[in-house]
Amino acid sequence: MSASVTLAAAGGVLIAAGVTLLLERTLSRLLVGVLVLSNGVNLLILTAGGGAGRAPILEKAPPGVHPARPMSDPLPQAMILTAIVISLASAAFVLSIAYRSGRQGGDDDVRDDVEDRRVARGRSELRAQIRARRREYRRLRRERRREARRARAELRERIRAERERRAVDDPTLYGDDADGGAQGTGGHDPDGTGGAR
Amino acid sequence: MNQAVPLPVLLPLLAAGIKIMLGPRHPGLQRVISVTVLAAVLGIAIALLVEADRSGPLVARLGGWAAPVGITLVADRLSALMLVVSSAVTLCVMVYAIGQDMAERGPLTPLSVFHPTYLLLAAGVADSFLAGDLFNLFVGFEIMLMASYVLITLGGTAGRIRAGTIYIIVALLSSMMFLVAIAVLYAATGTVNLAQLSGRIAALPPGITLAAQVLLLTAFGVKAAVFPLSMWLPDSYPTAPAPVTAVFAGLLTKIGIYGVIRAQTLLFPGDALRTTLLVAALLSMLVGVLGAMVQVDIKRLLSFTLVSHIGYMIFGVALGSVAALAATVFYVLHHITIQTTLFLVSGLIERRGGSASALRLGGLARTAPLIGVLFFVPAMNLGGIPPMSGFLGKLGLLYAGVRDGGPLALVLVAAAVVTSLLTLYALVKVWNQVFWRAPAGLERKENGGDGGGDAEDGDEEDGDEEDEEDAQSASVRLPAAMVGATVAMVALSLAYTAGGGPLVDLTGRTAGELDRPHAYVRAVAPEGPP
Repeated sequence: MSASVTLAAAGGVLIAAGVTLLLERTLSRLLVGVLVLSNGVNLLILTAGGGAGRAPILEKAPPGVHPARPMSDPLPQAMILTAIVISLASAAFVLSIAYRSGRQGGDDDVRDDVEDRRVARGRSELRAQIRARRREYRRLRRERRREARRARAELRERIRAERERRAVDDPTLYGDDADGGAQGTGGHDPDGTGGAR
Repeated sequence: MNQAVPLPVLLPLLAAGIKIMLGPRHPGLQRVISVTVLAAVLGIAIALLVEADRSGPLVARLGGWAAPVGITLVADRLSALMLVVSSAVTLCVMVYAIGQDMAERGPLTPLSVFHPTYLLLAAGVADSFLAGDLFNLFVGFEIMLMASYVLITLGGTAGRIRAGTIYIIVALLSSMMFLVAIAVLYAATGTVNLAQLSGRIAALPPGITLAAQVLLLTAFGVKAAVFPLSMWLPDSYPTAPAPVTAVFAGLLTKIGIYGVIRAQTLLFPGDALRTTLLVAALLSMLVGVLGAMVQVDIKRLLSFTLVSHIGYMIFGVALGSVAALAATVFYVLHHITIQTTLFLVSGLIERRGGSASALRLGGLARTAPLIGVLFFVPAMNLGGIPPMSGFLGKLGLLYAGVRDGGPLALVLVAAAVVTSLLTLYALVKVWNQVFWRAPAGLERKENGGDGGGDAEDGDEEDGDEEDEEDAQSASVRLPAAMVGATVAMVALSLAYTAGGGPLVDLTGRTAGELDRPHAYVRAVAPEGPP
C-alpha cells in the first residue's frame, strides 16, 4: 500500500489550522475550525485507503483466480461520505446555535463558565480589598508624614518666634538697630523723604 | 435470536420517524408510542442477555454479508448487560419526563421535539453498545451525540445555549479524534471490524499500536469525562432539564467507559498504558470529589461526584485482572442506576422546593418526607454504605486492587476509600441543609441576610434563571409519574443488592469473556481471522 505524503501533510496542516481556530471565542470561528478539522481528518482517512489510480471495482476475472490488478479500496470513501454527512449536520446545528446566541446576546461569543466567573469575581474582590488596604495604608502614611512635616514646621516657626521674641525683649542682642530705625524714621529725616511724602 | 439483535436500534429509530410525521398532533398517542417502544426494547434486551449468557455472543450480519465485508452487530454478555440497564433507565426517565411535561406544559420541553430526539438518543446508545466494528461505533456515538446536542439546548434559553455550546464543541473535537484513530488503525491493519482488529493489532509494531491506543482512549476519555478531560461536564450538565441531565449522567459517560473497556480488553490487551490510566483514575477521583465538596447547587455537586466516580471504573479497567473487570462491570451498572436516580430526585427537589441550591432549601424532611427517602437511599448508596450495591462494587474494586499489590494500585485503593468518605461527606452536607435544616431559619436568612449570603444568592441567579421560572409556574404537587419513575429507579438499585449473588456471578462471567476474547472473535468470523 503506497500512500501520498502530500495528502497526509495537507491533512495535518488542516487539522492544525482547525485546532487553532477552535481556541477562538466566537462561534462562527469555532464552526469554521470544526469544518476545517473534519476535512483534514477526511483527507487522512483517504490516505489510509492507499494510492490513487486504481480501478474502482474488480475487473472481470475467472472465478477462483485472483485479479491481476489491485482494485481501489472503497471502504475509506464510504467512511468519508458518512463523516461528511455527520459533520454537515453538526455544522448546521452549530450555525443554529450561533444564530440563537446572536439573537439573545447580540453576538456569538462563548461566555465564561459561571463557576469561572465566580472564581474570577472572588479573586477580583480580593484584589480590590488588597488595593483598598494599600490605599488606606498609603493615606495613613501620607497623613503621618504631613503631620510630621507640620509638626516640624510648627517647631521651626516656634523657634523663629522665640528668637524674635527674645530679640524684642532683649535689644542688646541685635543692637538698637531694629528699634531705633523704626522709631527714627520720623525724627531723623531732615529733608529727603519727608519732602517726597 | 440473532435476528433480534438490530431491534434495539431499529425500533426507536422507526418510532422517532413516526413521531416526526405525527408532529405536535396526538400528544397522547406520542406518549403511548414512546413508552411502548422503550418497554419493548427493554424486553428484547433482557431476552438478548439471557441468550448471550447461555450460548455465547449473538451476531447479526446486516444485509447478509459476512463479517469482514458487511456490518455486524454483536451482543455478547457485556453489550447485552449494558443494554438491559440502559433501556431500563431510558424507560424510567421517559415516564418521568412525561410526568414532568404533563405538569408543566411550559414551552421549555416541547413534546414534539423532546420525544423523537429522546428516542434517537436511545437508538444511538443501543447502536454504540451493539456495534461490532469501530466505524459503526463511531456512527452510534454520533447519533447519540446529535440527539444530545438538541436535548441539552432544549428550549434555547441563554444559559442552555451557553452550556450547550461548550458541550457541542468538546464532543465534536473528541469525535474528530476518534475518526483519526479509526484512520490510523485502518491504514495499519486494513480493517475496522473489532474481531479482526483484535487479531491484527497484535502483529503491529508497538509504536503504531501505542499511537492508536492513545488516540482511542483520549476520544473515549473525553466522552467518559476522565479527569484532565472532564472540565466540560460539571459546566454543561446542570443547566439542562432534570430528565435530560439524568439520562446524560447515567448513560453518556458510561458509553465512554464501555469504549474504554472494549479497547483495553479486545483491541489492546496488555499493560501498555496501565500507569497512565491509574494516575488518571486517581486524579479523577480526588479532583472530582474535592470539587463536589464545595458546591451548593445540588445538580452541580452531583456532576462533580459523577466525575469522581468515573475514576473508580477507570481504576478497574486499568488493573485489568478478571476480578477487577468483573467489579468494574458491576460498578458501571450500579453507577448508571444511582447517578440517574440522584438527578431525577434533584429534579423532584427543584420542583418541590423551587430551587436546586442547597442555600435556599430547607426543612424538606418535614414537608416532603417521600423525597427525603428517595434522596437518602441513593445518596447512601453512592457513598458506599454496606448493604447497598455501591458498597459491593467498591468492595470488589478494592479487593482487586489489594490483590494486584503494586504500589500505585495500593495508593489507588487508599484514594478510593478516601473518595468514598468524602462523597459521603458532600452528600450528607446537602442532606442536612436541604432536609434537616429548619425552614424558619432559612426564611430569616433569605429576608434579612448578611452580606455574604446575599452575594451567594446573586451568584445563583445567573446560573438558573430558567429554573426559577419553572418553579414559579409549577404547582407544588408532584405528578405521580415522576415520583413513580423515581421509586422504580430506587427499587432497581436496591434490586442489585437483593439479587447480588447471581448478578456478581453474571458480571464474573462477563469479565471472563472479556479476558479471553476468542469466543467473541469466533462468533463474529466463524472461519477464524484471515
